[in-house]
Formats: sequence, structure tokens, C-alpha cells
Amino acid sequence: MGPLLSVSELKKYYEIRRSVFSVEKETIRAVDGVTFELEAGKTLGIVGESGSGKSTLARCVLLLERPDSGGVVFCGTDLLKAGREGIRDLRRQMQIIFQDPYSSLNPRMKVLDIIAEPVVYHGIAKKRDAREKVMEILRSVGLDEDFLGKYPHEMSGGQRQRVAIGRALATDPALIIADEPVSSLDVSIQAQIVNLFLDIREQSGISMIFVSHDLNVVRFLSDHILVLYRGKVVEAGERDEVFFNPLHPYTRMLLSASRGEFFLETDPADGENAALCPYYNKCKEKTARCGEQAPVLAGEEKHRAACLRNGLF
Amino acid sequence: MVITNDKTLLEVTGLTTSFFTGEGTVHAVNDVAFTVGRGEIFGLVGESGSGKTVTAHSIMRLVHQPGRITGGRIVFEGRDLLGLNEKQMEEVRGSRIGMVFQEPMTALNPVLRIGEQISETLEIHRASGGNGIRQRVMELLNKVGFDDPEKRLIQYPHQLSGGQRQRVLMAMAIACGPSLVIADEPTTALDVATQSQILGLLEGLVDTLDMSMIFITHDLNIVRSLGHSIGLMYAGRMLELSRVENFFKQPLHPYGRGLLGSIGGFSGSARRLTAIPGSVPRLSELPTGCTFHPRCPYIMDMCRVKEPVMKEVEKDQWVRCYLYQN
Repeated sequence: MGPLLSVSELKKYYEIRRSVFSVEKETIRAVDGVTFELEAGKTLGIVGESGSGKSTLARCVLLLERPDSGGVVFCGTDLLKAGREGIRDLRRQMQIIFQDPYSSLNPRMKVLDIIAEPVVYHGIAKKRDAREKVMEILRSVGLDEDFLGKYPHEMSGGQRQRVAIGRALATDPALIIADEPVSSLDVSIQAQIVNLFLDIREQSGISMIFVSHDLNVVRFLSDHILVLYRGKVVEAGERDEVFFNPLHPYTRMLLSASRGEFFLETDPADGENAALCPYYNKCKEKTARCGEQAPVLAGEEKHRAACLRNGLF
Repeated sequence: MVITNDKTLLEVTGLTTSFFTGEGTVHAVNDVAFTVGRGEIFGLVGESGSGKTVTAHSIMRLVHQPGRITGGRIVFEGRDLLGLNEKQMEEVRGSRIGMVFQEPMTALNPVLRIGEQISETLEIHRASGGNGIRQRVMELLNKVGFDDPEKRLIQYPHQLSGGQRQRVLMAMAIACGPSLVIADEPTTALDVATQSQILGLLEGLVDTLDMSMIFITHDLNIVRSLGHSIGLMYAGRMLELSRVENFFKQPLHPYGRGLLGSIGGFSGSARRLTAIPGSVPRLSELPTGCTFHPRCPYIMDMCRVKEPVMKEVEKDQWVRCYLYQN
């Protein structure tokens, strides 16, 4: 059996004007040739700072944004070639959880209806039987039946995120993509939600993609890690490899920064050369070769990096 | 509630700030005490609603209706700030105590050039020094890590990145040579790479300019690497006050232990986080007794009835918990 999800050479560029009155356009390479695979039952963590393209990548995989080029093969179907009907069926199999449970839940719907909606829409249960299914889902996300009649504003942030997770689980999907699912929550609540994801994964064997800027969160949830910088994968591999033996200078910087360590850093030079490593301007370990050619992702299957310094070429 | 320092710059005792709302009176800050020594970085840690920001605003006397400081003393450089009139307080604010806010996007005026915003601070406090204001502004920009201050003078906030804007705010905070800077979650809106740059700069400034700093954050990892002492707040109360190294070696309060468990260690062996059950109570619906008791794994009968007081358990390690009061 092939992988559950296979993304190849995915690209999404945006054109923006340099200023309001300018005719000159600038191309933002939000996702610039990203390739990865996700096995069934595994969890992938996608990390990177804001602007690295991690959210765009997640949205492209779900076809919430149409990628410019590349392939997204999910459960054996190429999503970019599938018709509207085919995609509707597959949507049931892939669900998303957003960062902000304050805006991702309809404020005028009760929890019962919020979770029942996808259940009924995808024909998993008839409307009159939905309540039972919803109860079952609520219990699996650690909420009791008192919540059925509540509106989002009557709940705390952590409870709302549990409802959002429940809604995503409602269709028994094969894949859940969570975009910064805990960053808007308090620290003590973050840990609860991380543990909830761990329980869900253990019980259901679902595949997940976690998108986050916080390596600490991703570390507890992921089997594999993908590090993005300016739309490109700079490092990818098994979790412990990436965490304990980071190869790319950018990954190393992210890791030490997420421990709260700090360092004096000056502003990088302006301008960017698309033909070079995306981290070239900021890299403290660059060599002469880095100014001549762009690195490609290289190394063993369990741990690869795109860095000319690492003797991987 | 004193952590011993060579020289105390700020001593807060019994600070209580209350908000008089339609639903009743809530104490956002309740009997809070701590000290900040000269040259020291004090990390004030807590989750949302813990009262850390209101504590900062109280020190600056920036608490607005329907809130009011209802008790306590804030002795700064030998004077009780609560006894000053508004005019005297204006001289302290911005001049002796600088402040850096969380949102660099909203704290700057979008239609004023960077140079103008910083000179405004200097003009108000007439603190330009001998070399003229422009010279001083460039000097300040340089101190916060801009290699090209001349270019920055004429730029507008929207032309800068989030981290650069935060550095402009830092320049404004230190413009008049304050002895204390209060930084309220200055890196929360930034990503980790920019965060470490800002933290590095702040620590450098505290060092070279001989200032003290109150660093407000929800991120224990930052305090671990930046702070000298730490105050842990929860639902308006100070629950633990300690030297940073002692706190991270052995936090005393169950809440502190829970928070450390929630962020996990970096050793990598753990497969699960130790979460604190439940959620932060609303200030209008505080539990009786110890405010943390509904979430506490070590709860005893008395915890539900009466609130414990702060007690020095070890030298320089204060905690508000019955586990240590027999």
C-alpha cells in the first residue's frame, strides 16, 4: 500500500504590488517546490516561522487554495485532477482544525449543531440519530453532555478547541490537518490539548499533520518533522533525528530559540537571490559555495537537509 | 515578600487593584508583593487573567476606569508612587520608568516617521542631552541594533518588520535613561527567531545601561534564560516568588510544577505532557480558599476553606501554599 498522502513539487506563488500605486509586481513564493509523503497512521509536524509558507502548504493540501503546480495524491486520487464530486467524497476523509477556536466556530450554533452538521452532510447519520453520534464524539474529546446545548461564547478557549477537534473527528477522517492548534491557548491548556491529540492518535490510528511555529508542541506530537523556510523544505526527517541532530543552521537556530535561548543578531542584508539557499542572507555558517549554487534536499531517507555545508553532496 | 538584593529599586507591597463592574467588584491584582533590585531582571509569569499586565499598569499608574488601585505601596527610587500627584507621576512615567508593549503594530503612530516618534519622547522629557535631538535619536536607534539609523529616521512604522518595530519601541522606552523598564510580553507577537534577537538586545541594554527590568510573559522558557528572579501569578495572586535558578530546580507551588510539566522538558524521553486539569477561573467566579485548589493534585481540606498566606520556605523562596505551612 502506498502512502496516505503524497505531495510532490507543490508550488503556490502570489503576485503582489510593491506599493498601492505601483505597477511593478513582486512574486511571493509562498510554497516553492515542496515534496513529502505521509504514511497512514503517522503524524507529520511542519515547522517554520511566520511567512515560511507552512499555512499555505496546509491549505494547498486540502485544496482550500489551488496550488499553481505540483501534485497532491490522497488515498490514491490526484486531488488536482479529481472533479468536484470526487473531491466532495474525499473531503470527508480530510479535515482541518484552525488556530483560533474563537473564530472557527459559528457563534450562533450550539455545540450539538456544530458537530452534527458534518455528520449529517456527509450522510454518516440521519438528523434524528445525530445526537447519539455527537455525544460519542464529545466524550472522545473530553467534554460531557452538558455541552450539547452551549454556544461557543459560553465556553473557555480550551473547551472551544475541543469542540473544533470534535467537529473534525465527526466524519471519521483518515487525515486531520491542524494549523497552530494550541498557539492561542494558555500554557496549562495547551498541554491538555496536546495530550488529547495523543489520545486520539492512539485510539483511532488517524494520520495527522501539525503546523506550528512552536517546536516544543510539534515535538510531542510528530513522528516526522518538515522544516520550512521561505517556502522551501530546508530539513526533513524522523523526529528524534531532527531534534537531537539538526543539520540545517536554520533548524538549529529555531531549536535554541524555542528553548528561550537568545543571541545578538543584526539585520540581514536586504534582497534575496532565488538561485541561492533561502537562508543565505541570515546564515552564520555559510561558505563560499553557498554564494554560488542552491542546495537541494539530500541525505538518508530518515534525515535529509538542504545545506551545502553538511557534506551531503 | 522580599528577595534580598544589594540595592532595592522597586518595592511593591500589598498591591491590590480592583475593577468595579456591573457584575460586582473583582480584584485583578490582590495583595501582590515583590521587589526588583538594581540591575535585576524580574520575570513576572502567569496565564491570561493572572493579573500580570494590571500589575504593570498599576506601577505606571495607568489603570483606568472602572479599575482603581485600592491598596498597597509602590516604592520606586525611595518614593511611594501612589502618593505622587499626576504631574509628578508624568515625570516618572517614560522618564524614570520606560515601558515596552506587546503589540508593536498598535503602539506606534502609523502616520509619524520613526525619528519623530522617538524625538517626541525626548522633547516631552527635555532629555536630549547636549548633542541635539537628532543625534540622540540616531544613537538610540543604534543601541537597539539598527546599523543604518539615518535611513530609519525617515521611515514609517509600516515599512518596518514586527521585530524592527519592537526595537523602535525599545528605543523610545530607554530614550530618557530610565532606571526601570517594564516589558509586557514584548515578544509574544513575534516568531521565535525574532524573539531571540529582541531578548538578546533587552539583556544587553539592561547590562550596558545599568537598568532593571520587569519582564512580563507567559513563557517560562524565556524567564529561565533571561531572568534573575521570578514571580508566578495566578488569578490575581502571587503564588510563588523565587530566584530563577531555584524555581527551575524545584518549583514549590503545585501550579508552578504543573506549568513546568505543561511545557515539557528538552530531554526528549517523555512521550506525554503533564497537564494541569481544568481551566483558569474567571475573576468574578473565584473559588473559595486557595484560588488554585480546584486544579490542584495535592488538595487538602483546609485549601477549600481559607486562603494560605505567602511564606518564606527557604531563603529567598516564598510560596502561598499549605503544603509548606504546618
